[in-house]
Amino acid sequence: MINMKHINYTDELLSKVFFKLIELAATRLPIDIQLELENIYKQETDSLAKLQLETILENLEIARKEKKPICQDTGIISFQILYGKNGPKLDIFRIKDILINIVKKATNEIPLRPNAVELFKGNTGNNIGKYIPWFYYEFIENRDYHEIIAFLKGGGCSNVSALKMLNPGVGIKGIINEIIDSTIKAGGKGCPPYIIGIGIGGGEDIAMILAKKALMIPCNEYNKEPEIAELEIKLKNAINDLGIGIMGLGSGKTVIDLHILNAARHPASLPLAISFNCWALRYSIVKLYNDKIIYPSHKEEYIVEGL
Amino acid sequence: MIKLFIHLIRRNILLKVYNLITPIKDNDIEKINAGEFISITGEIFFARDEAHKRALEYKENKLTIPFNFQGGVLYHAGPIAKKIGDEWKIIAAGPTTSTRMEMFEPKFIKEFKIKIILGKGGMKGETLEAFKKYKVIYGAVIGGTALLWANKIEKVLDVKWLDLGIPEALWKVKVKNFGPILVAIDSKGKNLYDDVDRKVVKNKIEVLKKLQN
Repeated sequence: MINMKHINYTDELLSKVFFKLIELAATRLPIDIQLELENIYKQETDSLAKLQLETILENLEIARKEKKPICQDTGIISFQILYGKNGPKLDIFRIKDILINIVKKATNEIPLRPNAVELFKGNTGNNIGKYIPWFYYEFIENRDYHEIIAFLKGGGCSNVSALKMLNPGVGIKGIINEIIDSTIKAGGKGCPPYIIGIGIGGGEDIAMILAKKALMIPCNEYNKEPEIAELEIKLKNAINDLGIGIMGLGSGKTVIDLHILNAARHPASLPLAISFNCWALRYSIVKLYNDKIIYPSHKEEYIVEGL
Repeated sequence: MIKLFIHLIRRNILLKVYNLITPIKDNDIEKINAGEFISITGEIFFARDEAHKRALEYKENKLTIPFNFQGGVLYHAGPIAKKIGDEWKIIAAGPTTSTRMEMFEPKFIKEFKIKIILGKGGMKGETLEAFKKYKVIYGAVIGGTALLWANKIEKVLDVKWLDLGIPEALWKVKVKNFGPILVAIDSKGKNLYDDVDRKVVKNKIEVLKKLQN
């Protein structure tokens, strides 16, 4: 029996849904980040910080109204596909192919800046290159939807991100020192106020994947483990006390939020990954259900005609 | 951005804004102090890593450089640009991190006599010596505010070296009242980023003490 309420995920529909996914990521901040920036602006008393935040908010307003990219650096593009076991029957290869096509289309139409540069052949001109966009896959049981996350990560803040393979002997104290030092080294180069994602443990790849995942944890939501949550808050306050400030000019907040994710580690290693993101954290999430399509990061819904 | 000015005036902050018209002369630069603001009308060049590299290679090999940079404004920016008919339009043009250009800039300043660098994050080392020697100032553009700045661009006058890709090409654009931009480094050695660095190093001691309790 055909359930009339089920969405028919045609190529055309998926193309439109994914175009909107990329457009949201490039042109509007996730709602929690937007609200947090507005809060920070309201609370700010220093004039230079206030001026900078007002400029940032004004630019965000133009981007929203004109549906244009917030920043000219529309990043290196990656997608996470979190495939739910009980979600709509969709071929994951088809999702991938359509996403790649839509990156090309979005590059031309939004437009995005062509940012995929091959080692010897230069800029490909369409944001498609060797391994780019990058895809992460996860398969999740007991889930009746598929989640796709588009992440457009800017180059400036990626350049100040760091991976440290610490000696386990340095302990939490060593981790704290490295985070503070890396933040000082990043200074104003990666466009603070930052969102900082920290990955601890696993291996060198795992730590960095966790750090980038941590960037997408909603604002003011802290780790379920109380020791980690405490460390998150302590580090966030400490980094703001450093006084790097907005754009490294010494005025206003240095960090909007900071999140830690951790994995068990090898007895000989203590990997620490620190991923910095500029205030313009550009990611978007879409959830594909049997009967609805929502973008929780931006509190939007895709209305499917005839449903 | 008029809103911003009203805001600052309300807070009793007097802004010194210099309206500069290109080409810019040494005596225009010498009177400007770090902490003051500039606004530019005239021509601006966009160049980042690859365009710096090629310009210096061309100079070394005595090849023709497409533009005369003398008295010019160099913006560290790789725009989003779209060709509509025969004309290029800049869609978004915020700053890129200037430290990447430190490897080229002292030589670039010496060879091409630019007077203003716009970017983000500041510059260090030999570049600062060149700022003093050749009378150059650095303007800190707020990173990520790409649409505000694109809206102040009246037109694209020319673009060369598109084979490097849109962000890396050498752009020449016409701007009107491109500002207000904070002067973070002046031609006399005053550098706002240095002040911040010193403060951060001092704060770090306290911060670590507090964290490790």
